[in-house]
Amino acid sequence: MLPRILRLSLVLLFILPFGCAKKAEEKPFTFGLLLVGPYNDRGWSQAHYDAGLYVERKLPGVKMIYLDKVNPADRPGLTLPQLVDDLASKGVRLIIANSDDMKDGVREAAKQHPEITFIHVSGDDVITGRAPANLGNIMGRMEYGKMMAGFVAALTTKTGKIGYLGPLINEETRRLAASAYLGASYAWQKIRKKPLKELKFKVSWIGFWFNIPGVTADPTQVANRFYDGGFDVVISGIDTTEAVVVATQKRKAGREVWAIPYDYKGACEGADEVCLGVPYFNWGPAYLAKVKAVKDGNWKQGWEWNGPDWNDINNEDTSAVGFFNGPAISNEVAEELAGFVTGLATGEINVFQGPIFYQDGSPFLLAGETATDEKIWYMSQLLQGMEGASSPK
Amino acid sequence: MLPAARLGLSLGRLAASLFLSLVFTTLILLIAGAPPIDTFIILFAGGLGSVAKLAQTMSVWIPLVLCSSALLLAFAPGLWNIGIEGQIILGAIFATGFLRPFAEGGSPLILVGALLAGMIGGSLWAYIAGVLKTWGRVHEIFGGLGLNFVALGLTLWLIFGPWRRPGVASMSGTEPLHPSLWLQEFKGLSLNPVSLALALVAIGLVIYLLRSTRWGLSLKAVGQNPDAALLFGLKPNKRILESMLACGALAGLAGALQVVGVYHRLLPAISSNYGYTALLVTMLASFRPQLIPPICFFFALLNVGSIQLPLQLKLDSSLSGVIQGVLVLSVFLVHGLEGRFRLGRKKE
Repeated sequence: MLPRILRLSLVLLFILPFGCAKKAEEKPFTFGLLLVGPYNDRGWSQAHYDAGLYVERKLPGVKMIYLDKVNPADRPGLTLPQLVDDLASKGVRLIIANSDDMKDGVREAAKQHPEITFIHVSGDDVITGRAPANLGNIMGRMEYGKMMAGFVAALTTKTGKIGYLGPLINEETRRLAASAYLGASYAWQKIRKKPLKELKFKVSWIGFWFNIPGVTADPTQVANRFYDGGFDVVISGIDTTEAVVVATQKRKAGREVWAIPYDYKGACEGADEVCLGVPYFNWGPAYLAKVKAVKDGNWKQGWEWNGPDWNDINNEDTSAVGFFNGPAISNEVAEELAGFVTGLATGEINVFQGPIFYQDGSPFLLAGETATDEKIWYMSQLLQGMEGASSPK
Repeated sequence: MLPAARLGLSLGRLAASLFLSLVFTTLILLIAGAPPIDTFIILFAGGLGSVAKLAQTMSVWIPLVLCSSALLLAFAPGLWNIGIEGQIILGAIFATGFLRPFAEGGSPLILVGALLAGMIGGSLWAYIAGVLKTWGRVHEIFGGLGLNFVALGLTLWLIFGPWRRPGVASMSGTEPLHPSLWLQEFKGLSLNPVSLALALVAIGLVIYLLRSTRWGLSLKAVGQNPDAALLFGLKPNKRILESMLACGALAGLAGALQVVGVYHRLLPAISSNYGYTALLVTMLASFRPQLIPPICFFFALLNVGSIQLPLQLKLDSSLSGVIQGVLVLSVFLVHGLEGRFRLGRKKE
């Protein structure tokens, strides 16, 4: 019989290599994604979810953990910091929170978890100085996408009435609705050569990013009201696809109407007759950059407002926002749109050029003035010529 | 029957119901293509697996216990206070309203006022349902349901109107409270000692009131037989209003704690449906106070653990709601079958 000490060391000899091998094997990098809506909403949240998948494809070994429907209506009793605790216990090193609605919760969670890097999409805590050191912001310059949406809408409408299905009212949604209006008024005046006062542009707000039955106004009803009121193009500003769905129903009932959804590249699918196109976010490149930076330990806090890649606004690897021409867009309009995009790309066209007035008649931009990023980001009202509430009444 | 035997019977029913609902849920999981055993393990580990998880579970347990205790008081004189949902909401509204002048923060003592305000708000809402019942002859289920809708409407109006955040019109909620007006949590845990203590006091107090006071006895007497109670000079209507007031106060407290301890602001979903869940809890407990804390714990566990289902199994977390619903149906079924069985025996 072998002496006990020898046996023990033999056993150790067997075990140690395994132990070491385990240690040497690097733990996969995981990042967490908190989505405000369902991951398959064909809108805002799905665009983010797809970006997470994109990162997984581009960086083998990196894993995403996501949780969708992160909002108090869908997950009663759970708060954002609690969900962050859950992700933290799974070992994530980066958490991306995708909703304006999570602003306060993310800030609170970031303070509780200094070991994790947080990206709050669409927020501005870094500018306002309220962000702890481990919290950054990203956003896409959707203003361009909305200008294109407005442009297409104004060239397509036969009644001269464009409806904008708005979510809640804040700085982000005001600037996006205003961009759509500026794109529309450019097309109306410069291409169709009609006086601006003949263009009706109305914004109706539902009160949140998506429908919460009994809480928000029902976007299906709002879209219906637009179409029944003679608006033949509805531009959606909400996270979900009600506008194209209602438009398709109206088409089936013989009405000549169109819609422009939002957020997600595939939002036109199944709405061939009505979908003029969709301004969409392509979060993949920004996500990839953030994951790489955190993984390599060289992430720096910042507020990033990423624009389209003007060489190809639909380049999956480089462009933060794009516009996908829908099946219902006419050839002529598509051609004009291409010219408009080129004009925006070269800087020849800038719709944010004064004089532009706020809804109450006060100047937003003086004659000859072009808007700075800050002025656009913090628009305090809708613009003159737009119908609808600028701020809560 | 001896009290111990009766409790045993309740426990036996509960066990039978649990078993039945386990069978149903397993069936549902199999149909959904999920591994049942793993699912149950993940679900429970998700609410119990660590101190942090346990704290999270307890933070759901607190409002459930408060609301279930409240419902015991209302049920004693035979009231189905379905309006508890609205009473929670009013508690939250009153607490938020009380704290609005202190946007710059202040002493934690202000929170005492906020909690009292919440209790008053809840009581007021319950009192309306009580008066509708005693004076207007509106059954408390209908009165309560109506008042729930009014309460939600009131919250929405406040959030979208007078209490909106500057420059913003969103249903997401009011401006968060100043951090000095948040109930301090145990370090690193999402659980605060004040709420925990209040929940424990509440259930203790309710048990004491119902068991050992003349008032509690008279409530029960009204519940058993209102006509006899009237003859004995127990003033049923007065008792009904009193029990509603007490019930509303506890529900309002739960709402106020959701504001100062959990969400730190008023939002449309502030009640988190805890009132309705508490109704299920009390039914499941056959209105036995001793069973309230463990059943609440079980429901809180399901609620917190269910978040792991989408995270780990990509299952929808509404499964926990299905389990809760199935459980309650199972209780009724067990109850019904028991009656049928007894009836059958008597006939023989």
